[in-house]
Amino acid sequence: MIFLETKNLTKKFGGLVAVNNVDFAIEKGKINAIIGPNGAGKSTFFNLISGFHRPSSGSVIFNGREITTLPSDKIAKLGIARTFQTTNLFEQSTVLDNVIVGHRLRTKSNLLDAILRTPRLKAEEAQCREKAMEVLEFVDLKNVATKLVGGLTQEEKKRTAFALALATNPEIVFLDEPAAGVNPDETEGLAELMKKMASTGITVCLIEHKMQMIMSIADKIMVLNYGEKIAEGRPEEIRNNEMVIKAYLGGSAIA
Amino acid sequence: MAKIFKQRNMISLLIVVAVLFPLITNNTYYVHVMTLSFIWMIGVYGLNLLAGYTGYLSLAHAGFFAIGAYSIGILTVKAGMNFWGAFILSLLITCVIGLVVGLIAFRTKEHFFAIYTLCLGYILYLIIDKWDSLTEGVRGLIGIPAPASIGPIKFETEISHYYLVLFFLLLVVLIMYRIIHSLTGRTYIAIRNSEDLAKTIGISTMKNKLTVFVLSTFFAGLSGALYASFVRFIGPDIGAISITFDLLTYLLVGGIGTLSGPLVGTTLIVWLSQQLQGFQEYRMLIFGPVLTLLVIFYPRGIVGAVSSWYTKLISKKDHQRILRPTKVRSGASIEAEKEVKEG
Amino acid sequence: MEILIQQLFNGLTIGSVYALVALGLTLVYGILHIPNFAHGALYMMGGYITLTMMTKFGLHYWIAIFVSIILVGLIGVLMERFVFHPLREAPPIHDKIAAIGILLFLEAFAQFYWGAEYQSMPTPYGQVVQIMGLTFTMQRILIVVAALVVMLLLYLFLKKTFMGATIIAMSQNREGANLVGVNTNKVAMLTFMISGGLAAIASSLSSPINLVFPGMGQLVILKAFVIIILGGMGSIPGAIVGGYILGFSESLGATYISNDYKDIIAFILLVIILTVKPTGLFSKGGQH
Repeated sequence: MIFLETKNLTKKFGGLVAVNNVDFAIEKGKINAIIGPNGAGKSTFFNLISGFHRPSSGSVIFNGREITTLPSDKIAKLGIARTFQTTNLFEQSTVLDNVIVGHRLRTKSNLLDAILRTPRLKAEEAQCREKAMEVLEFVDLKNVATKLVGGLTQEEKKRTAFALALATNPEIVFLDEPAAGVNPDETEGLAELMKKMASTGITVCLIEHKMQMIMSIADKIMVLNYGEKIAEGRPEEIRNNEMVIKAYLGGSAIA
Repeated sequence: MAKIFKQRNMISLLIVVAVLFPLITNNTYYVHVMTLSFIWMIGVYGLNLLAGYTGYLSLAHAGFFAIGAYSIGILTVKAGMNFWGAFILSLLITCVIGLVVGLIAFRTKEHFFAIYTLCLGYILYLIIDKWDSLTEGVRGLIGIPAPASIGPIKFETEISHYYLVLFFLLLVVLIMYRIIHSLTGRTYIAIRNSEDLAKTIGISTMKNKLTVFVLSTFFAGLSGALYASFVRFIGPDIGAISITFDLLTYLLVGGIGTLSGPLVGTTLIVWLSQQLQGFQEYRMLIFGPVLTLLVIFYPRGIVGAVSSWYTKLISKKDHQRILRPTKVRSGASIEAEKEVKEG
Repeated sequence: MEILIQQLFNGLTIGSVYALVALGLTLVYGILHIPNFAHGALYMMGGYITLTMMTKFGLHYWIAIFVSIILVGLIGVLMERFVFHPLREAPPIHDKIAAIGILLFLEAFAQFYWGAEYQSMPTPYGQVVQIMGLTFTMQRILIVVAALVVMLLLYLFLKKTFMGATIIAMSQNREGANLVGVNTNKVAMLTFMISGGLAAIASSLSSPINLVFPGMGQLVILKAFVIIILGGMGSIPGAIVGGYILGFSESLGATYISNDYKDIIAFILLVIILTVKPTGLFSKGGQH
């Protein structure tokens, strides 16, 4: 079942075409991956879906609803979460404090609630805290919940970023190079975590350079090169695709 | 040991000291200086909420301070309104102007925002300075009434005025405390930390920034209105950019993005300046470099430095406790972590 | 008609000064992405140093300006080394506050050392010349010509020399420049040196027709910011064109609208620009 879809998605920056006419369909509950050489337009593609850039043309459809021109906070509310390459977390604050605010979008209390300390605010704060603990448990970080993010390992930071995305109650998460800067053992752990996410019904879409990991966990892969989709399919199809091998200069990176 | 430093106890202690202060000193001049400090603190909190907790440096806050002051001045002196009516109206005026300005200002980001507000502050100053028929221009507004009595409570003496200002300051601190320790405050901090990340977790940054801006101008306006009714005379200089820089210095020295920073920084500098009369004119010879050195070495000011030193101390003790097999880990470490968050 | 021409010429004079100040500001912004709020203080220091060199040491106007360029340039380099360089990884709010600290210090220093009163700068070019029935002071003509010469020299330096090329390269892509072996520290210092020098030239040229006082840089720097937002932050031609545009609109505004409010024109222009296009008029791409 098609869950999120892009049609003729195009983004131009001045004269440069970063994403060119890309059609891509993401299936529900699966792990989808986008690969491609540096500068292929992968991150721009993410930015288009999550509302950070407005496409020059084309559309994004989520759950049968057009979301092309929605601002990013509205998109998040619909259940689309994302992470960044650089996690962008607040290093001087604890893991828990970083994650609590992730559930904010599901709450209603406002400034006045805060100033008057209304029961609604208290209830929602408890709710956010509970949600944060729940997702920290899910990503296996409960034991470092009170540590400062600045003192975490790179892998733990990535997990924290996952937790923050999960705290928004997403139906689909976009992960921008989740395993960058993480050693092979830990990469495996992150791959397991992504599988776990998918098994609980959360659709995963990731950008990644680590081919071995992608090939082992992805259900479907799209390859971008110079902003254009050059291939799409199951891992074994991609592995043997000549266009893809050519794009990666001899294909050594793929095998 | 740690219990004594608990934030709640510290606050209670400070309040007691503040309440007893006029009774202890007997020196009306000191009371006068302290009242002025309290008034500045309110304005500094406005700047802190915006710059410290939301990450947007506004250089127009003296302008909003002046709007509050001039509104109440004009409404009472020229329009003959009663004091409290004018007081409330002047706060409203500040907020409305703040809202309009914010709507435009937040189309810009970072550097553009700072430059925009810097220029805006100058426009506000220029309007006050040049619009003679409304503001009396360089002559200034004279004869602003002291706060009218509320029932049996009169505000004619220095001391009663002191308590009135203290009341508003405590109100502002309470509001700040509650905001910072709530989901709403977390939302603002998330925006300061990374606006991109905040957006992806579904925070409407524009709406939140605008709310902060209006509340922040409200504090500045309140501070200005109190100033006008306390000093009873205002000139265009209160809207000059140098006042914004003063507020910024108080905030930076005390600790930007910390709850008690405005109290510490303002008290310290206002008293220092008072002690060194004649120094006033050249104070920036010292405070200028202090400002620069602070952001390089102690970006979170005195309060930030003390609290991180305290955290280190606690974690060292904790560490020793872990090494020595003892029973239960005390609440100290949790508190220390809280300290980091709250400053 | 005569008034119009006179005013256009005045606009050209003011515009030349603005353009020089804005050039320094935009160069620094282009390289380091710092809105240098202390740039106005450099302008002020330039005025005072030239004045002191002339009155205290009896130097000739041009030699005094030369000394001023060197000294103010050095102040710029010190700022870069001891303040902006250590802060390059800090949150963006920090270098703005640090710059404000420097500004406050320099202004207080000027007031302390040279006094708060307005001083006038003597000039060897006080004569008045008649061209086609119009009167011009030599100093104003000098400002226009000197500014053009300085801009031409700057252009040649940036386009024709290796050091200049590295400045351009770095303003286009800092990481890239770093990769291809440009010494970014050196370029940053050089840029601050040039920026300070330009500020010193601008104030030394304009001081004989204006006055020298501790707050002389405040309005100028604000307007320079308006100019570089108008012309695109970091854009060199933008700073020049923007400078002249503002100069003309001010002198015409002062004559035909109101002399009292002429200073506000720049800021209203800015508010309009940022309302319509939050990233400045000629910015490429977006802030994001």
